[in-house]
Amino acid sequence: MSGVGLGHYLAVAAVLFTIGVFGIFVNRKNVIVILMSIELILLAVNINLVAFSAFLHEITGQIFAMIVLTVAAAEAAVGLAILVTFFRNRGDIAVDDASMMKG
Amino acid sequence: MDLQAIAFYLLSAVMLVAALAVVSARNPVHSVLFLIAAFFSAAGLFVLLGAEFLAMLLVIVYVGAVAVLFLFVVMMLDVDFAALKEGFARYLPIGGLVAGALAIEMGFVAVTVANTGAGSKNATPQASLAGVTNAETIGRVLYTDYVYYFQAAGLVLLVAMIGAIVLTMKHRANIRRQVIADQVARSPATGVRVVAIKSGEGIVR
Repeated sequence: MSGVGLGHYLAVAAVLFTIGVFGIFVNRKNVIVILMSIELILLAVNINLVAFSAFLHEITGQIFAMIVLTVAAAEAAVGLAILVTFFRNRGDIAVDDASMMKG
Repeated sequence: MDLQAIAFYLLSAVMLVAALAVVSARNPVHSVLFLIAAFFSAAGLFVLLGAEFLAMLLVIVYVGAVAVLFLFVVMMLDVDFAALKEGFARYLPIGGLVAGALAIEMGFVAVTVANTGAGSKNATPQASLAGVTNAETIGRVLYTDYVYYFQAAGLVLLVAMIGAIVLTMKHRANIRRQVIADQVARSPATGVRVVAIKSGEGIVR
């Protein structure tokens, strides 16, 4: 039996989640990096789900991880599409000006 | 320390360092490349847990599709990224504070759950049913108990695809498009003109 247990995976996922939140904080202006930080956060969630799935001997967590993967891919596609449209209209991607998108 | 532990610590370290590099790199292209490294390492962690199918899914979907999409967008948009980087130092203290508090809290929860929670009973990870491959295990559940979730995920992807196309489609005025109906409606009477040519003169339009 190896020394790597559930707690190790949870700790790594927790640190990864934290890095994602940190990335959103420090890159306030850069939407692309904010989107990448969200991907990191969702990856941390996936690691948690798969770790629990493996250590509880219960397959459901992996199904949830697949759903999260789907939603993350959809979110990235739509987010980048909005970004491209925003860039076309403004010639810039500074988030500070994004409030002008309000109807 | 056995081989599995070494692999775990190596993959985790690479993943976390790559994740830090994603949020702190100056050039967004480097950010995307570090993101790919993080996803590869996470796929390795999934393999260590026994979830090979999700590991391959991660490599194909994230590295193959999402990360390349990010790369396209980063390279397509002509943005002054140095200007976007300002404010990094200003938000560093508050960001570090919030991130540190979050990390400590989640660390405590992780230790508690791992030591006293439901997962503490099982010492070895087992991501598949006994004697069945991981992909088959997922398939047995996904297409029976969770078939509606599967359909819903497909619907989410469809809506996202339509949304992305609608958002980025641009109608330009001076582009001549193919009109199938006009082509089909063409007959010999409208498509061919018979001209009587006098010899030695050629055609003058």
